[in-house]
Amino acid sequence: MNIYVCIKQVPDTETKIKINADKSGIDTAGIKWILSPYDEFAVEESLRLRDKNPGSSVTVISAGPARVVDTVRTALAMGADHGVHVEIPETADSHLAAKALAGALKKEPQVDIVFAGKEAIDDGAAQVGQLVAALMGIPAATVVMGIEYAAGSVKCRREVEGGAIENLTLPLPAMITAHKGLNEPRYASLPNIMKAKKKEVKSLSMADVGVSEGDRKLKLKNFELPPPKQAGRLIPGEPAQQAAELVRALHTEAKVV
Amino acid sequence: MAKVLVFVEQREGKLKKASFELLGAASAAGHEVHALLAGSGVSGLAEGLGAYGAATVHVADDPALKNYTSESHTRVMLAAMKAASPQFVFATHSPMGRDLMPHLAAALDAGLASDCTMVKFSGDQIALRRPVYAGKATAEVEFTGSGPRLVSVRANALGAPKVDPARKASASKLAVDLAGLKTQAGDLQKGSSERPDVTEASVVISGGRAMKNAENFKIIESCADTLGAAVGASRAAVDAGYRPHRDQVGQTGKVVSPTLYIACGISGAIQHLAGMRTSKTIVAVNTDPQAPIFQVADYGVVCDLFTFVPLLTEEFKKLKDH
Repeated sequence: MNIYVCIKQVPDTETKIKINADKSGIDTAGIKWILSPYDEFAVEESLRLRDKNPGSSVTVISAGPARVVDTVRTALAMGADHGVHVEIPETADSHLAAKALAGALKKEPQVDIVFAGKEAIDDGAAQVGQLVAALMGIPAATVVMGIEYAAGSVKCRREVEGGAIENLTLPLPAMITAHKGLNEPRYASLPNIMKAKKKEVKSLSMADVGVSEGDRKLKLKNFELPPPKQAGRLIPGEPAQQAAELVRALHTEAKVV
Repeated sequence: MAKVLVFVEQREGKLKKASFELLGAASAAGHEVHALLAGSGVSGLAEGLGAYGAATVHVADDPALKNYTSESHTRVMLAAMKAASPQFVFATHSPMGRDLMPHLAAALDAGLASDCTMVKFSGDQIALRRPVYAGKATAEVEFTGSGPRLVSVRANALGAPKVDPARKASASKLAVDLAGLKTQAGDLQKGSSERPDVTEASVVISGGRAMKNAENFKIIESCADTLGAAVGASRAAVDAGYRPHRDQVGQTGKVVSPTLYIACGISGAIQHLAGMRTSKTIVAVNTDPQAPIFQVADYGVVCDLFTFVPLLTEEFKKLKDH
């Protein structure tokens, strides 16, 4: 099987976000960049699928600025076979990114299945997986927590509100976006980290994959930090008094119960 | 006045109240509001959507639409787009809406502003703001291309709509070709919990690592049940196996903005704060007065949660009995 994984590089979850001077984005100085956490589940799933199907290979594809190559190597160190980097601007929206990824996938001789994270934890748009699927004309299952593989099809479990489960059967090729719970991602071993350094990461330009700046649909601007919260009120007294006073305040001041 | 199409969400004939928010906001702004209702045996629900502001409801009622799939519902949405020619298309950023809308965006080659928490109409213009970095910041969204503007909105972000039961919507039947769908959906497996989902509830009560085990969450559940609230958890509590991942609030879990959020035994890691800081009123219960959660709390209670939560439950019960 020719297995593909779309991944994104994002700031570490512990990052304290600062806005840049013209408010067009965040200040990226000093940020530690990581593989987006949901993409880890996608990479892990692709490796497990490959190992169950001898002769298969896993290719990771990422679209972004030059620094993204480091994150492609992170996935190679987990065990992926090949890497592709499409260079697009830092400020690309979901459409431009999806068209770049789909363009790179269309250059591949055969695509049997594509994985991605259910969303990236930077812009949290939760769009790219579905957009790539639609651009390639293949079905998609998103926020997937369990997969049963059959010949030529997959059965996906996706959790929706209230813990209810949707069961979807899709013919391959298909796009599957991964959610926490799908598997337990592995850590890269030292030998694999060394090997990953030597693996080739194919580099593609926007022109190579047939996209341009005009493919953007959205612009994010005027970034702001959330307004600082006014200092709250500590409720004094014995526990029983605290409980009574809290409920009174929620009822008569905040009017939320 | 613009034309607005709202994707009205239903599962098994039960309409989602977050859809009413969308109808109400578009109607309050003076727009011509179209709704799309898709499912099997749902026609009877159409007229009632008028109460929330829908003027016309496009109905796709077909056994093939019994269980949602992005593929079938994209076709239905495209048919509704043709019938209504809207400038704006709205859906809730729910498990269904967030799955569906990018497919529609691709089919229309249109931009989609997803998970917006601020929507302001002025005339035929729209101003949108959405959280980024899981709420550690927000950004304005500008559409740069032409064509319809697609928007998905976080539940509870727009507030309850004005309801006028006397208003009736006119229903219009949509003909949609549903042959040759690739994706097959089985029947929905119901969740074990009768409690609302953390992303839908107007009150969320969460527990952290200090809960010590899964069993202890019963005191949170009892408290939640007095208010019809959802039960949430911090990442630490989920990673320790006290709660399923679907209850996790935070950057790698769910981002919620209920009217009331009560954090019990949660220290307030940056990860967690990102997921709940837009809640209208926040209460923190913690033994450590230095815990960062108190910096975002409107009301703080320094107390052991095992002492405090049962007392709080009793007070909520008293309030409800009045």
